Amino acid sequence: MDINLILIIAVILVVLFVWFTYNSLATGKVRIKEALSGIDVQLKRRVDLVPNLIEAVKGYAKHEKSLLENVTKARSSLMRASTTQEKAVSDNMLSNALKSLIAISEAYPDLKASKNFLQLQEELSDIEAKIAYARQFFNTNVSSYNSTLVNFPGSIIGNMFAFKQEEFFEASEAERKNVKVAF
Amino acid sequence: MNIYSQISANKTKTWLIIFVFVIFITTILFVYGKASGYGLSYAGIGLIISGLITFASYYYSDKMILGMSNARQIQKKDNPQLFRIVENLCIGAGIPMPKIYIIDDSAPNAFATGRDPRHSVVCVTTGILEKLNKAELEGVIAHELSHVQNYDIRLMAIVVILVGLVALLADFFMRSLWYGGNRRDRESSNSQSIFLFIGIILAVLSPIIATLIQLAVSRKREFLADASGALLTRYPDGLASALEKIAKDKEPLEVANNATAHLYIANPFKGKIDGSWFANLFNTHPPIEERIKILRSM
Repeated sequence: MDINLILIIAVILVVLFVWFTYNSLATGKVRIKEALSGIDVQLKRRVDLVPNLIEAVKGYAKHEKSLLENVTKARSSLMRASTTQEKAVSDNMLSNALKSLIAISEAYPDLKASKNFLQLQEELSDIEAKIAYARQFFNTNVSSYNSTLVNFPGSIIGNMFAFKQEEFFEASEAERKNVKVAF
Repeated sequence: MNIYSQISANKTKTWLIIFVFVIFITTILFVYGKASGYGLSYAGIGLIISGLITFASYYYSDKMILGMSNARQIQKKDNPQLFRIVENLCIGAGIPMPKIYIIDDSAPNAFATGRDPRHSVVCVTTGILEKLNKAELEGVIAHELSHVQNYDIRLMAIVVILVGLVALLADFFMRSLWYGGNRRDRESSNSQSIFLFIGIILAVLSPIIATLIQLAVSRKREFLADASGALLTRYPDGLASALEKIAKDKEPLEVANNATAHLYIANPFKGKIDGSWFANLFNTHPPIEERIKILRSM
């Protein structure tokens, strides 16, 4: 066979390979972004729910000031968060603060029996389940993108076009300890 | 095999089945035309008709299937708990929310249909809603959503309609051969009797071919949907105990027929069919015990 022909075929194959790998990485990035906005929708729903919840608790348990403050603080830090990592950390913080807020209802029978509180609690647990699933979807996308990026031969293309590994939506162990809420 | 290669394999298979169907119908009509002396014009009619049928079944198969199964659509206010389960799992799978349909039957079963994730339907019986707890129902819904995500639904819906039609056609063809046999006013040449012979063979073969297609499309994908469903809920025991309950329940689902049986999560006939070889050919479900064993070992 003509040596030129072989060369041309080889070049075409390389170009095709670069093309497809680049596209799959770019698609992966778009999917991750979409998944992140899916999490944001649910986080926003929870941020909106918190003031109602605080109002409901306040009426029955005025003395749990530090708890309520914790929730408010966590909420505003979540609203300010911009990177994935910040969001994950403050989301975790808010979850813990809300957990202890719900837990105090055990000490206030009137609050526990309040219809409004029950409804808010139900809505909160629905939102939390949705956040968990949205996180799962996000992390699945990140892990498939990252594994294309670190494995040969995707790694070559990744380096060539400066694709970076994406962060998982999770608070690291050290950060989890930092935001631990005192009872 | 990952999910993306599964999706493209399913799309290819769908086109392949459509192609085979069109060729099959055209050939049969061509042979039939030759055998009865009308010749090529029958093949042309076959091409047009089968093209129209595939077009219709691509867009309307889900509606036909839901109609065949006496299913009715419900809204969120009718069953908020079920809707929440579906919403959550859809977020986890990253697909749009399907429509929800209910079959009023106490036999526990479920299926999904549609042509892509944007036009999909999850259908459950009232029996399955009563008999399963939340974790089990989540397992079943996750299994169905995996069918949606993999484009299994498109392939299976097309198979229901096209295979069902081939069986009908074969039936009709046999009858007309039978009754048309004594109409021998045309000169009977050798070639005509050869075509008659081929025609009979095709008529005998067609239900078997149809069944083989149905088998080829259905067995492995149940295992795959079980696995990706378990990956979605992160709780394989939920689906496993749901399948155990469904297996224990001996009540057959009345609205299921041979064409739609392979859509369901578990065999809707419950082994109550007469056990003839022909009925067994339509049994497209892998043994439920094997599925439970695999799920339990995850």
